[in-house]
Amino acid sequence: MSRINIIGAGLAGLSAAIHLAKADIPCSLFSLQISERSQSVLAEGGINGALDTMGEGDVVENHFNDTMKGGVFMADPNAVENLTHGAPEILRWLESIGVPFNMENGNIILRNFGGQKKKRTAYAKSSTGKIIMSAVIDEARKYEAKGLIKRYPHHEFIRLILDGDKCTGARIRDCYTGKMYDYSGAVILCSGGMNGIFPGKTTGTTQNSGDVTATVFSQGVILGNPEMIQYHPTTIGISGKRCLVTEAARGEGGRLYIERNGQKWYFMEEKYPELKNLMPRDVVAREMFFVRRQPDCGDRVYLDMTGLDESVWSRKLSDLREELIKYLNSDPKTVPIHVEEGIHYFMGGIDTDEYHRTNIKDLYAAGECTCQYHGANRLGGNSMLGALFGGKKSAETVISCQYDLSGDEYIPVSEYEPLAEIALPVLIEKISGILLSGLGIVRNKAMLENALGNLSSLRKEREYNHREINRFALAEAMLRGALERRESRGAHYREDYPEKDESYRKTTVARINNGSADISFRTLAERRSHESNS
Amino acid sequence: MKVILEILRRESREKAPYVQKIIYETDDENETVATALNHINNRGDYKDTDNNPVTHIHWECSCMQEKCGACAMIINSKPRLACGSKLKDMGETVKIQPLKKFPAVADLTVDRSIMLENIKTAGLWFEESTKADETVGDISYEASRCLQCGCCLEVCPNFYTGGEFFGMSAAVPLTRIISAVTEKQKKDVYKAYKKHIYEGCGKSLACHDICPANIDIEKLLVNSNGAAVWKRHIGKKKK
Repeated sequence: MSRINIIGAGLAGLSAAIHLAKADIPCSLFSLQISERSQSVLAEGGINGALDTMGEGDVVENHFNDTMKGGVFMADPNAVENLTHGAPEILRWLESIGVPFNMENGNIILRNFGGQKKKRTAYAKSSTGKIIMSAVIDEARKYEAKGLIKRYPHHEFIRLILDGDKCTGARIRDCYTGKMYDYSGAVILCSGGMNGIFPGKTTGTTQNSGDVTATVFSQGVILGNPEMIQYHPTTIGISGKRCLVTEAARGEGGRLYIERNGQKWYFMEEKYPELKNLMPRDVVAREMFFVRRQPDCGDRVYLDMTGLDESVWSRKLSDLREELIKYLNSDPKTVPIHVEEGIHYFMGGIDTDEYHRTNIKDLYAAGECTCQYHGANRLGGNSMLGALFGGKKSAETVISCQYDLSGDEYIPVSEYEPLAEIALPVLIEKISGILLSGLGIVRNKAMLENALGNLSSLRKEREYNHREINRFALAEAMLRGALERRESRGAHYREDYPEKDESYRKTTVARINNGSADISFRTLAERRSHESNS
Repeated sequence: MKVILEILRRESREKAPYVQKIIYETDDENETVATALNHINNRGDYKDTDNNPVTHIHWECSCMQEKCGACAMIINSKPRLACGSKLKDMGETVKIQPLKKFPAVADLTVDRSIMLENIKTAGLWFEESTKADETVGDISYEASRCLQCGCCLEVCPNFYTGGEFFGMSAAVPLTRIISAVTEKQKKDVYKAYKKHIYEGCGKSLACHDICPANIDIEKLLVNSNGAAVWKRHIGKKKK
């Protein structure tokens, strides 16, 4: 019997699997490593939902508005409506599977997070991702024991199996044996963000190589908003990567400053008196970039947590403090820390509709690998929510399709598969350098054209294998998307077009055409009236 | 900084292991065994001390910040995470070997699937809706932190692959279940805990000292033993 094939076993993949299994639909979870190693365990600060346990009169509509505004109105409003309306139920579900959120009198405590005026972020100290993942993994195990979920760790996605414009399965390689198999059935891609195209420069894991997105893009899957890359304002450099300093540090009272004429200048508080240090991430990162360029300012921005109460450190941020002491050899309780912007999240990715369908029939996508929910900038606390809700929603769509699963589960592959060859790390580094030269916090036409020129020269340097060619195409899509979007919106800031332009309030659509990336723009859906929404 | 990495190589499970020595130089004093392995693999043109090429070194890696447990291996005779092992703390010669209690795959990669099989056998999940409120929150939080890296099993005098005793990589997450288990499931969970943890654990607590996530295993064990064996309330504190 065939099964639904889920690529990726992080939060989105697990959520999809659990919801399929609850409906008695068998599925397989393929991942390079076990769920415990997925990037979801690195999420720190929390997960949003308008539970209103803090007596602030928060309602779902506020969450909707903040998410839309944070994403600068570039997300599908109906998808965001589903997400924000589904959020309280997601949090209640997490509570019911035993997630030990920080609680008081049996109620989930909510904290402040960026871009949100109300306390809406549930958390477990600042290891929320790890703590949620442990519970969700255990929940999946219940269905694994029943045979409904099959876990395939150390299995790599090689490519989709396509029949015209229909996906009929996935080619998968067992990394321990090297053997390959064609698994039949619909596919849900939950393969995470594209950190691996910037090796060592992101807060993510080494497993999220970007290969899945690059491969399916070259196979004809449309990408949306590939130029939208989130730089998290507060990261520190550690050996081999950027290490995240959770937004909760500011949510609990941390303040950003720079030295100006020998004085501490709390620039966010002066410039944005309402939300202060908790402006959306794109705004904070850009302000940090700009104040560093001021001639009267120093070249380092600091995060000052020295004013936080003892109880905040012990009850809410003890794990963050331990981590910072380990990496910085200084205590954030007494010494402000030097922070820099670092690549943290990809708002862009596989283009899906609000039901998580891609442009290929029977192919779905959820989680960070998609461009769903976050528009031009993601709010803190919405990533785990997007993964859990997106996984659930994609499962619901699959369930509604009532697939015939009577065929064979898989057949072994004996033919040579060119995509089994990896992209050379040296090349990945070179492409990364080119992308970074064009896709920084501040962009302009010259930078982007220069980067595209360098990419094209590199492409002509030698013969490349299939994965390498796919990487070129993905890189081109990101650069071209940024070049064609002649405005500034969210994480995409063009100094040659510093204003928002309503004619670009559209989804950037990237499509493969003869090995090259074509860019167009698609008008966004109007928000349906509240009553007609499901 | 210049170190000699002595890596136990093995092409596959069927092939015999051998030691390969690589001279590794770096200016970054924060470099870890993990970044060194990545660097050697990424550059791809390293030679060993006998001038033989260094082929791709197989090892598992993901978060690079001690939060995922992928890169557990034996470094200078101690199981630890490669990404948490700074070269400057490891001496002039760094001996790197795969974990020994799990079947070999290739080089530093071992097959740790027995850990997942064991917790599946132990019934590590909630059958019904539950809630880990603030009365058990600290215990549940601590028990949720297990990385499933396998370091505790490596040093455990009682654990062996295929045995009835499942070790602390099962006991720690089971404590999460015990802390908020409902009446209906209690009997089964306690029974599994007794059989697969309590009866096999010699309380050496070598696990407590080695855990790279610094989990307070002793505290969790005391609480789980109390609840599952002695019917004591979990998380109970002295007044």
